Amino acid sequence: MTEISRIRNFAIIAHIDHGKSTLADRLIQICEGLSEREMREQVLDSMEIERERGITIKAQTVRLEYRARDGETWVLNLMDTPGHVDFSYEVSRSLAACEGSLLIVDASQGVEAQTLANVYQALEADHEIIPVLNKIDLPAAEPERVKRQIEDVIGLDASDAICVSAKTGEGVEDVLEAIIHRLPPPAGDAAAPTRALLVDSWYDAYLGVIVLVRVIDGRLKKGQTIRMMATGAEYEIDEVGVFTPKKMPVASLGPGEIGFITAGIKEVADTRVGDTITDARRPCTKPLPGFRPTRSVVFCGLFPADAADYEHLRESLAKLRLNDASFEFEPETSAALGFGFRCGFLGMLHLEIVQERLRREFGLELITTSPSVVYRVHLTDGTVKEIHNPADMPDPVRIAKIEEPWIEATILVPDEFLGAVLKLCEERRGIQKDLTYAGSRAMLVYELPLNEVVYDFYDRLKSVSRGYASFDYQMADYREGDLVRMTILINGEPVDALSVLVHRSQAERRGRMLVKRLKELIPRHLFKIPIQAAIGGKIIARETIPALRKDVTAKCYGGDVSRKRKLLEKQKAGKKRMRAFGKVDVPHDAFIAALKMGDE
Amino acid sequence: MTTVERAGSRQGLPAAPPVPGTLKADPVLAVYVHWPFCLHKCPYCDFNSHVRSAAERGHDPWSEHYLASLAAWARQLPAARTATIFFGGGTPSLMPPELVSQVIMRILEIWPPVDDAPIEITLEANPTSVEAARLADLRAAGVNRVSLGLQALDDAALAVLGRQHSVAEGLAALEEAQRHFARVNLDLIHSRPGQTPEAWAAEWSRALALGTEHLSGYQLTIEPGTRFATLHRMHRLDLPDETAAADMLLLTRQLAAAAGRPAYEVSNFARPGAECRHNLAYWRHQPWVGIGPGAHGRLPGASPGEWYGFAAIRRPEEWAAAVRSGKPLALAEVEPVDPDQAMRDALMMGLRLAEGVDPSELARRFGRNTDTVIDFVRARDLAEAGYLRVAQGRIRPAGDGWLLLDRILAEILR
Repeated sequence: MTEISRIRNFAIIAHIDHGKSTLADRLIQICEGLSEREMREQVLDSMEIERERGITIKAQTVRLEYRARDGETWVLNLMDTPGHVDFSYEVSRSLAACEGSLLIVDASQGVEAQTLANVYQALEADHEIIPVLNKIDLPAAEPERVKRQIEDVIGLDASDAICVSAKTGEGVEDVLEAIIHRLPPPAGDAAAPTRALLVDSWYDAYLGVIVLVRVIDGRLKKGQTIRMMATGAEYEIDEVGVFTPKKMPVASLGPGEIGFITAGIKEVADTRVGDTITDARRPCTKPLPGFRPTRSVVFCGLFPADAADYEHLRESLAKLRLNDASFEFEPETSAALGFGFRCGFLGMLHLEIVQERLRREFGLELITTSPSVVYRVHLTDGTVKEIHNPADMPDPVRIAKIEEPWIEATILVPDEFLGAVLKLCEERRGIQKDLTYAGSRAMLVYELPLNEVVYDFYDRLKSVSRGYASFDYQMADYREGDLVRMTILINGEPVDALSVLVHRSQAERRGRMLVKRLKELIPRHLFKIPIQAAIGGKIIARETIPALRKDVTAKCYGGDVSRKRKLLEKQKAGKKRMRAFGKVDVPHDAFIAALKMGDE
Repeated sequence: MTTVERAGSRQGLPAAPPVPGTLKADPVLAVYVHWPFCLHKCPYCDFNSHVRSAAERGHDPWSEHYLASLAAWARQLPAARTATIFFGGGTPSLMPPELVSQVIMRILEIWPPVDDAPIEITLEANPTSVEAARLADLRAAGVNRVSLGLQALDDAALAVLGRQHSVAEGLAALEEAQRHFARVNLDLIHSRPGQTPEAWAAEWSRALALGTEHLSGYQLTIEPGTRFATLHRMHRLDLPDETAAADMLLLTRQLAAAAGRPAYEVSNFARPGAECRHNLAYWRHQPWVGIGPGAHGRLPGASPGEWYGFAAIRRPEEWAAAVRSGKPLALAEVEPVDPDQAMRDALMMGLRLAEGVDPSELARRFGRNTDTVIDFVRARDLAEAGYLRVAQGRIRPAGDGWLLLDRILAEILR
């Protein structure tokens, strides 16, 4: 147990690529959390996919022992947080476990959309914020300009912002000094009944469920019987420890400390993030406020490309869920794609990551259906249904109205691309709420229907701003919308896996784009194939794939038998990567690529 | 092919021949002799052909090698008989006529003709003046049918195809061939760079009027590894588009039929009765044996329905070295073919013929149920769509099905 006045708990928040993980690496190195040999880049990003994409998905925590310039040793608990909006719930949890934040801003890039979103979250959590300007070693670094920007755009005093280069190590010690001098110590009473916040939990193959905790009052020690206040479940603590970032057992955790416990908990689902942990014999009276539960925002169907992989997919999803309670799945049957699962995600990046992990870690080839948001369908009998699968849409005559989710989006974009971004937002039914300037960058606040965003908004935004726009959003509310179900017919047969709910004003544009894309993706057959987009019985877009005219080997004699047979086998293997709709073979790629449409 | 055999061929070691007694002892054979040398490699050709000097491709020692190889095959097939002989290449018209004569005589000694009538003995020839001068000697050596690689009746096109003869030279060679041989085939290539269907129709009509009983009209195919493939990748070949190529295929068929030489195979046209009997053996899945570098063979096993595929070492010098070092079969690959696969091959080849295939006959020959290899439901669909005709117990391509045979096979073969 550490003296509470010598503890500092802080989170690191930043826009993606502003050097958050690199700075964390440096801090660990200076405090000798890891030996030179154990050190590698982005030590806290343990998932392969995190390292590869340079993003943080799971929040990580490290306890550092810092010998300060005053000669005293301080305990610093660092929480690295994800930068992407999809994982903002992870951010809010980490923030709740800390008293202050380091706000990293790239000194050459300046404030970006996620910088803003994160700062607002930190302010909401009553955090003391230390601005840190990173990458000052770059020739393009303009610390003074960026400081002004922080003051103008965020309204944060940046006069004593710390200039560092996480890459060279310059200024990193100043950051550590600022943490101990400028951030408040945690408050808490060691003598009071135990009260600890369940920050996160995950599954470890050897230890079972590991629970990340922040102790507020009292303490946690081995052998203690604890009670989860939300579920009422009781467990005996097997082990108490901290991350250095390696797991290291300690005798106990006291007020202000962050660490982990294991207690023979079988499944992640048995723990509730945000729950209050207390002593079973001497419980506290009032639980901590906790967190808002996460909710899936985007849904899509995942089907095994090979129907024989259904069981494998089910087991793989269950395994992934052990470590990522934020995504959900339930069985779904599609007339076109057979047996699969309807899955809910926190956002598009989350969807992509889960899909990628299923492919990589479990070797599954998947067909993904159009992503959908959650609609509220008000029926004529007065009941309200939540629907996230176009296939579940009730008969239109029973529908009184449909409401769809809206978001409030913040977009930062260099002046020269502003026109294109405004046009994009308008096209997507956006309502402008604010437009301000910070230097040569415009900050736009728009209300947008989420439905228009899950589709290809990111790609389009990147494309029209040549990658310079940054984007963040939060859920706003539900609003009534004139939504219709658009069906795709291939050779006259509706393909349920491709049907989507769209706003009537967008139907034609989307329909045209989709049938055009499908025309490129479906190979020619022995007959011509009409591809149509329809609303009810009305065709709104149509393309035709012409019939194949010629496919015959000119010369085929004795010596060609084996070669020709191999060719046939290759053709047949190609057919296996397709799904038959009536007589039409549709490649798996068509489902995925049809959803990711770049330029129109 | 089993792994062991594959490993052998990868290391350049000749694959083991089948143990004596594995093969059916008395098949009726189409005998293919491959002469792998050319004076010049054509830019579209991916056949096993090699440019060597006259000295390197002389009578000695190749005569010895061919005869040794024949003797070895004779031991494998002690009671076989010969149905046809075909000299292909390469450019077999460059073969010393005495070698041709020796090979023919030896074949007929070891495997007597299947019946009393003279058997078909074909030799492929290039229509240059040099080679035309040898036609009389080749006739005397026993050849009774020539296949002339005329390829085009357009000097500019011949130059693009890298041919070493002009149209005039080609026609003169044809005249010479027709003087010595009753049976002559002409090879022509269509869908050449820059060619229009109209131009091809005129050229093909002219070829049909030259009076040969048999013509082959091939669509130009860009084969990987050829000079044309490189040019194609660099977008330097102005090939006709799919529509034009399809039109040319249809025109080829229509004009030939009107001229009394209907298509009996995808790219082959003949007066009824004048079909190439040797090539029919391939398409009808009858036994054939291949002699010479890179030659393939396909022979029935001793147990019914089982077949074996063979491929000899491709490089002439390596093939010769193997023959000399006591491996006279000089095989690079031996592939056992089970009855289902053999039946699939028979169907794949047989559907190229106007006569098509008779599934019940295939079932009898291979001792298997045809349901295991043919999707009859799909075949019926395709027949309804007009691509196949199912009549009198036979399945054959019909209408546009002739242009789409590869796709049709992929659809109906299981």
